[in-house]
Amino acid sequence: MTTETALANNNTNKPIISDSIKALITTGFKTVLVPFIGILVFLMLWAGAASKIDTSLGKFPGPSVVWEQMGSLYEEHNAEREKEQAFYERQQKRIEARLAKDPDYVPKIRGYTGKETFLDQIFTSLITVLSGFVLAAVIAVPLGIAIGLNKTLNAAVNPVIQIFKPVSPLAWLPLVTMVVSAVYVSPDPLVAKSFLNSMITVTLCCLWPMVINTSVGVASIEKDLVNVSRVLRLPALKHVQKIVLPASIPMIFTGMRLSLGVAWMVLIAAEMLAQNPGLGKFVWDEFQNGSSNSLARIMVAVIVIGFIGFLLDRTMLQLQRFVSWDKAGTAS
Amino acid sequence: MNANEKANVILDISHIDMVFDTPKGPFTALQGVDLKISKGEFVSLIGHSGCGKSTVLNIVAGLYQASKGGVVLNGKEVSEPGPERAVVFQNHSLLPWLTAYQNVELAVKQVFGRSKSKSETKEWIEHNLELVHMEHAMHKRPDEISGGMKQRVGIARALSMQPEILLMDEPFGALDALTRAHMQDSLMEIQQELNNTVIMITHDVDEAVLLSDRIVMMTNGPAATIGEILDINLERPRDRLALAEDPEYTHLRSEVLKFLYEKQRKVESISKHKVKKESSSSKEKVEAA
Repeated sequence: MTTETALANNNTNKPIISDSIKALITTGFKTVLVPFIGILVFLMLWAGAASKIDTSLGKFPGPSVVWEQMGSLYEEHNAEREKEQAFYERQQKRIEARLAKDPDYVPKIRGYTGKETFLDQIFTSLITVLSGFVLAAVIAVPLGIAIGLNKTLNAAVNPVIQIFKPVSPLAWLPLVTMVVSAVYVSPDPLVAKSFLNSMITVTLCCLWPMVINTSVGVASIEKDLVNVSRVLRLPALKHVQKIVLPASIPMIFTGMRLSLGVAWMVLIAAEMLAQNPGLGKFVWDEFQNGSSNSLARIMVAVIVIGFIGFLLDRTMLQLQRFVSWDKAGTAS
Repeated sequence: MNANEKANVILDISHIDMVFDTPKGPFTALQGVDLKISKGEFVSLIGHSGCGKSTVLNIVAGLYQASKGGVVLNGKEVSEPGPERAVVFQNHSLLPWLTAYQNVELAVKQVFGRSKSKSETKEWIEHNLELVHMEHAMHKRPDEISGGMKQRVGIARALSMQPEILLMDEPFGALDALTRAHMQDSLMEIQQELNNTVIMITHDVDEAVLLSDRIVMMTNGPAATIGEILDINLERPRDRLALAEDPEYTHLRSEVLKFLYEKQRKVESISKHKVKKESSSSKEKVEAA
């Protein structure tokens, strides 16, 4: 940067490069080049450190090995899909052949029961975290609004929230598992029990930050705005719809972003612990598997988990920008 | 107030006491406030900070309940806030997520509801924004317009409710001197046209003399009440430049100043002065006037 300032100083009396181009170069430097260098340095440090660590499963995977495994995980996924395709084709042919011989035959179609690929696991985890998150939002936002509007209710609910808030959702996991398997009994279940376990764990994790942030947002609405509503004699429902909800949208979103970030971390842990399908289970299975590729595959999962967490946060931010009037709160 | 005006009384503030419960015990903010206001009258409330001007206004608005006594508007006792007593707040209090137009629309739709058709509603909203000269920025949001413009929209919103009485709580207190002068001229212009009944709280002696038919001067709290009432019989329309030389104007102005600085001199210790930043700044405003 010092050379740049020196250049800029030299150029003050003879503006060869126009200011706009200079600005473009500076921003390009900051937004593209510097992060790129950062990543490059990280990869070099990683490669250097990895080559020095020997584990019982071989050397710790460096960037190149991990990149390779990323490719092979994708190929495995494709291969599995082809196998599935082939399975259904075979089944179809068998049924047709049988029907040709015996027209009264009632065909039985069996589902494919191959193992879930890495991509399937990603998909499962995403669906789980989003369902749990949405369920939490559906409960937390109205509850938060009610608590924020009513001081008595706040006093009643607050101790419960304060006690449950610091509890790791993983502590709930055994309880959730037992309750789900006791209550959710159906011969033809709509969703798997394991999915329900993970989802409820995510919900429990998201609930508290959302309730707290919503209620704080609602309680801290400017008094003048409330007075406007009183002067206009807005009915309660319209008051919530026209004043309370828009006013507290920034805080609601803060709570949502906080909880989605935590939820994603907790979900992976919950899947590892409870052997529920998802990225966490993938990591655990690879660990138990203990092949020479395992560590590299786990590293792939680590990167993917990080990347998805980042994308989830960005998505929420974009959603907030779209919904919220307060652009100041969405700067980062 | 002459006999003719007395017959026309629209608002009767009678024997109001206001006692607040504080952790240190009850605090009497107002005691025996008595005031009758006629239709079409413009009344200013002036007094030092903390004398309970805003409390009087909030009681009339229905936002506070008086501990004793009551307010009667058009023969009906005030018990809750309502659009017939529209309030212009000091900090505009526009909804930041709505445009100027939508802010007024919320009020118009709530007050007139189905009694105005869609096109009538639109026309009425635009008419009120034109009154305050905001037609060019109707579809801008509060954070895109200046402080003076926000206050204009706030006034348009209050006017759009067609209130029986307009309550203004230091409407121009947060504006710079030039903008304030503009706003005062606009308000006089609107007043000329609509002849609303107005109660305005102010710290500004010039503003009070320029705009009012009567200035109600309040004594210092606790247990504040009305000290003196000054009739302003300057001819309308008033022109601030011409009035600056007018002996009658100068006299009225010095009457208010005398009340504030001789009869109701506010002596505050220095430490209290530091704590009460708001009161010191308002005092400066009066001094600057």
